Amino acid sequence: MGRTLAEKIWDAHVVRSAEGEPDLLYIDLHLVHEVTSPQAFDGLRAANRKVRRPDLTIATEDHNVPTTGITGPGVPLSGPSSPVTDPVSRTQVEALRKNCAEFGVRNYPMGDGDQGIVHVIGPQLGLTQPGLTIVCGDSHTSTHGALGALAFGIGTSEVEHVLATQTLPQQRPKTMAVTVNGMLPDGVLPKDLILAIIAQIGTGGGQGYVIEYRGPAIRAMSMEGRLTVCNMSIEAGARAGLVAPDEVTFAYLKGRPHAPTGADWEAAVDYWSSLRSDDDATFDHEVTIDADTLTPYVTWGTNPGQALPLGASVPDPASFTDPGDRTAAERALKYMDLTPGTPLRDIAVDTVFIGSCTNGRMEDLRAAAAVLRGRKVAPSVRMLVVPGSMEVRAQAEREGLNEIFTAAGAEWRSAGCSMCLGMNPDTLSPGERSASTSNRNFEGRQGKGGRTHLVSPEVAVATAVTGHLAAPADL
Amino acid sequence: MEPFTTHTGRAVPLRRSNVDTDQIIPASYLKRVSRAGFGEGLFAAWREDPSFVLNQPQYGGATILVAGNDFGTGSSREHAVWALTDYGFRAVIAPRFGDIFRTNSTKAGLLPVELPEATVSALQDAIEADPATEVVVDLDNRLVLAEAAGIKAPFEIDGYTRWRLMEGLDDIGLTLRHVDDITAFEHSRPSWLPVTA
Repeated sequence: MGRTLAEKIWDAHVVRSAEGEPDLLYIDLHLVHEVTSPQAFDGLRAANRKVRRPDLTIATEDHNVPTTGITGPGVPLSGPSSPVTDPVSRTQVEALRKNCAEFGVRNYPMGDGDQGIVHVIGPQLGLTQPGLTIVCGDSHTSTHGALGALAFGIGTSEVEHVLATQTLPQQRPKTMAVTVNGMLPDGVLPKDLILAIIAQIGTGGGQGYVIEYRGPAIRAMSMEGRLTVCNMSIEAGARAGLVAPDEVTFAYLKGRPHAPTGADWEAAVDYWSSLRSDDDATFDHEVTIDADTLTPYVTWGTNPGQALPLGASVPDPASFTDPGDRTAAERALKYMDLTPGTPLRDIAVDTVFIGSCTNGRMEDLRAAAAVLRGRKVAPSVRMLVVPGSMEVRAQAEREGLNEIFTAAGAEWRSAGCSMCLGMNPDTLSPGERSASTSNRNFEGRQGKGGRTHLVSPEVAVATAVTGHLAAPADL
Repeated sequence: MEPFTTHTGRAVPLRRSNVDTDQIIPASYLKRVSRAGFGEGLFAAWREDPSFVLNQPQYGGATILVAGNDFGTGSSREHAVWALTDYGFRAVIAPRFGDIFRTNSTKAGLLPVELPEATVSALQDAIEADPATEVVVDLDNRLVLAEAAGIKAPFEIDGYTRWRLMEGLDDIGLTLRHVDDITAFEHSRPSWLPVTA
């Protein structure tokens, strides 16, 4: 019987399999950041263990770092000229540096030309490759599946396990196919598609599954668009999302710093080309989406599944048949301070955030700049543009995009997780409302009491210009 | 990890679905570099509301959380588990859990128990009717009992995880028994695979 892509990658990484036990899976690449790793390194020290494969491990500083005042390599972590003003953040970054030095793990510190959000730099450096198993103490590790890697988030105990053994005991997941038929219309971005998918299958619908995204709209999508789609698999409950590698993938990887070269490249492409679900493979669950009829999507509630087309209105909780959904909607509307029946386009925002591991790559910034060119951010709106990596920042500056953003009145920042998660100086104030290209609209996610509407980069810009939720077609 | 066999305690009903790990412990509390002390940040934003269930005196000292559907979705932060255990919880009962949260729980000695929605709801009703209701979470027999309320509900958990929890075993130690298999696997990996150095 045929196998799915996820099953092929899984089978190729089983170190040990025994009846009644989870498979022991080899991990090809372990990404580390400062928030979920300190206790894991402490565990190694306490047990007198080493990092088994520092050469398959890489670290970066992303969650805590500020996105202002980072001038370049060697920026001080402490002292009066340090951009890091929060002593607790400093401690966490210091711990990462100390741990990486002690255990021989390569770290990209803030200010470094290759520093950035862990899920942006992996693909950018060419470390993320088809067929690999990739883990990170971060749920958005699903991002890397866009290149055909089996990539999933883990907790700190598992981080320690991978550091010590380069393996993880794992129960084999179920497989789900999400087939996207047709083509995304102009003005409908991969972000809109994934929001529509999550709204359809629900925030728990993917639990226990690896999702494989397939169909014409996925094939026609750029690598960066696929990264956006796979990134939010976890918002549907799936630990991993996958796209089978193809010419788009190979073209993206060729020439990147860690991509194979010469005869190795040929061998790799040969193998990568075999990484697709067999025609007779069966998935445990199948979902179909029609791309042709999609329009821009925005969230109205406090989980990513509470989303609707921009042209819709705030729903009436009474319209939900499931009592759980109804209560959740009531609670969400109260938190979001929204009234049922209000057209989503009438919702005014205070802040617009473009960035994150969902939408902080070149294509996102190009799409945003194309809409913003020659326009101004509304006086009532604060707009932050935060590149996902220092390399994205440098490339955007080579293309002059930063000038478009700053001329329009937006702030141009350095790389980090920034306003996606409220762990660094970029946060919303209580009651403040944002349109954000990030991935989570949970209560308080962007700062205590902050209210988040998840949007695509184009909707973010149109919203910044008009001061209320809008699409470029409204300008 | 502290072994888990059978736990008897009082429970607290959290009638909310989609409780993500950002609610269980907000990001601003994640900056500690040890595993201790996270209980302080448990449900930090919600606990500011005096009527929030954890603030109600009748549920003081409860050690079992009975939550709504899709508990522990979102961020992979194991700090959510540490916050629950540090606060005093030994088990969470819900109809469904976020995958990463469930795994993290079983690595840190917090038992995630999946029961059907109707059973969870009946359990919440019983606890609300009498907060002193004694709830037994019996991992050995895979049963949740609230005898006073007439609830006796079997739950599923894979045998390996159950054994590991009951013995309080360190996963890394178990894996390192197979270090020769790991080494052999490493020798079979193609040479062109990426390295970070």
